[in-house]
Amino acid sequence: MSNKKTRILIAKPGLDGHDRGAKFIARALRDAGFEVIYTGLRQTPEAIASAAIQEDVQWVGLSCLSGAHNSLFPKVVEILKQKQAEDIKVFGGGVIPSDDIPGLKEAGIKEIFTPGATSKSVIDYINSN
Amino acid sequence: MKPVKTAAKKKGQKKPAPAIKRAGKKIQAPQPSMVNKALVTDDLKKQIAEWQSNSVGPLLAKYPERKEKFLLTSGAEINRLYTPEDVGEVDYPKELGFPGQYPYTRGVQPTMYRGKFWTMRQYAGFGDAAESNKRYKYLLAQGQTGLSIAFDLPTQIGYDSDHPMSTGEVGKVGVAIDSLADMEILFDGIPLDKVSTSMTINAPASVLLAMYIAVAEKQGVSSSQIHGTIQNDILKEYIARGTYIFPPKPSMRLITDIFEYCAKEVPKWNTISISGYHIREAGASATQEVAFTLADGIAYVQAALDTGLNVDDFASRLSFFFNANNNLFEEVAKFRAARRMWARIMKERFNAQKPSSLMLRFHSQTAGSTMTAQQPDNNIVRVTIQTLAAVMGGAQSLHTNSKDEALALPTEDSVRVALRTQQIVAYESGVADTIDPLAGSYYIEAKTNEIEKTAMEYINKIDKMGGMVRAVEKGYIQSEIQESAYRYQLDVESKERVVVGVNKFTIQEEPMKNLLKVSQAVAEAQIKKINEIKAKRDNIAVQSSLEKIRQAAQGKDNLMPIILTAVKQYATLGEICQVLREEFGEYRESVVL
Repeated sequence: MSNKKTRILIAKPGLDGHDRGAKFIARALRDAGFEVIYTGLRQTPEAIASAAIQEDVQWVGLSCLSGAHNSLFPKVVEILKQKQAEDIKVFGGGVIPSDDIPGLKEAGIKEIFTPGATSKSVIDYINSN
Repeated sequence: MKPVKTAAKKKGQKKPAPAIKRAGKKIQAPQPSMVNKALVTDDLKKQIAEWQSNSVGPLLAKYPERKEKFLLTSGAEINRLYTPEDVGEVDYPKELGFPGQYPYTRGVQPTMYRGKFWTMRQYAGFGDAAESNKRYKYLLAQGQTGLSIAFDLPTQIGYDSDHPMSTGEVGKVGVAIDSLADMEILFDGIPLDKVSTSMTINAPASVLLAMYIAVAEKQGVSSSQIHGTIQNDILKEYIARGTYIFPPKPSMRLITDIFEYCAKEVPKWNTISISGYHIREAGASATQEVAFTLADGIAYVQAALDTGLNVDDFASRLSFFFNANNNLFEEVAKFRAARRMWARIMKERFNAQKPSSLMLRFHSQTAGSTMTAQQPDNNIVRVTIQTLAAVMGGAQSLHTNSKDEALALPTEDSVRVALRTQQIVAYESGVADTIDPLAGSYYIEAKTNEIEKTAMEYINKIDKMGGMVRAVEKGYIQSEIQESAYRYQLDVESKERVVVGVNKFTIQEEPMKNLLKVSQAVAEAQIKKINEIKAKRDNIAVQSSLEKIRQAAQGKDNLMPIILTAVKQYATLGEICQVLREEFGEYRESVVL
């Protein structure tokens, strides 16, 4: 295992203002020993991808509770790819109906965490992938 | 003089209660001053201590309690038992009084729900105006008594549906409104002189209120006849909800412009709904919810006074919005404490004279964040408990959440069950038949006092920081809330706090079917509509109005009249907000982690 700490960007794409979950996960990941950067609200997919590259993260965690996930999550993956940064892995969480999950995974989102998921499940997932 | 015949002297009726004889000492029955001194005696204190050591102690040694400490959301400890000792000497008229009288602890109206039930007002809106209009008509047909409009995020943040930032968000969490044309469809066939309408709109509240006034005028209803509420509470957007546009100073000016305009032109309108709901949803405790909401209220009143308004000219149109959460007794105590605190603040701090300036009238909504995606039927039970909290706490109106809200916007069926929950509490449970039914409970009164005391300490601290705007800019409020939210979530994850169906009593279940979906076609149709309107309207008049808005923004003139002119000419929400963005700048959040 490398000595370098895993770096994670937690981001809020779109206009959604619900940041309780994003902030909780950011803090829980930090407390678990990851280096965490949190973008704050209202980020465009372009800004998130740029921040991910600039901050040299291995993971991007997207949080959306407004129902715009189907438009916004795949766009982040797409822009990372355009910028030759497809090695940055993207996961997501929020109010996401189960019907939408297969489509999101097909678009390159590695994992989706739905309401009730624990921080431990997110930490375990990152550690084992 | 003829002796006054009292009821007690009538034949066959009981004599007045004799003075109570206790421990050899003659104790007088409560005197008209109603100071409840007689209850807390040294003797009682001794008896409580004896009960603790003789009855509780030996049992605890054999059977420990479920938890070492029982805590409220604020972290305050809950005692095993509440007795007169915890309430102390109650000066009844000063602390509690009567419904409709200062300090309004027991309610703001003299007859409360015996006169009429609270307004049943389901927050609704999705897709386009036509679809939402259909939902409103359905809800009214089901016995709902007021409307509550949910706008989509682009509308709330002042973007038209064709703005790049609106991608993916059009019609999702509420209805998409770009221009007056959408508002006309939204209220088509709904008589605005009869229905009261609450609009959850904050940063662009002036624009949506102007559109509402314009639609009413088209129906032949003047602005003096319409009644309803705009949320118009920007401070909690910075703190917890996130749909801010402009920085604090111009935002406060937009708000006080509305206060001033409505005092003259829209006298029945609630010009603000000072909201603790979202502060609580972001993770605050019940006490923090009260403290931060009333501190926001203080900031608005002060801002209005600073512009030269007279407190009694606007204070009676201030309204509040609180969360109805799971801890039934803590919630009831919270509502009572909030009413008493606001009355005292308005009287003592702001020297308001009119009784209506002192009354905290509030809307309530059951707690969305307590809705679970697991075993969604359980949410109906949670909502029932929360409804009881709001009703026994004296709410003026109530939204009940639907069971599927942790997953999506509610379907028509689940909204109906949510509305029925209110109707069952109203018509069948009996809790609405007497006023403030939990008053006098040692627990409730002790917690009411405690919440008031702790919340007041917060308010004093915020005052020392230079007021709420400063406290928000410093990130103090946000970090206080985050601390509570973090602690709560860790308690859930450690199972210290049980959430039924989530961390205990779990089952394997199929994902819920038939969730409501908003089609992508809504965005395309909205964009088409915007283009049609822009081609059809008098663009020279629109440009001239937008220029006048710019000039008013640069100066001190009230923005409301000119915004009203612009919306009548079908200037779009995005166009108006763009001008204001250019003049006022945009707020950037101070990210606190």
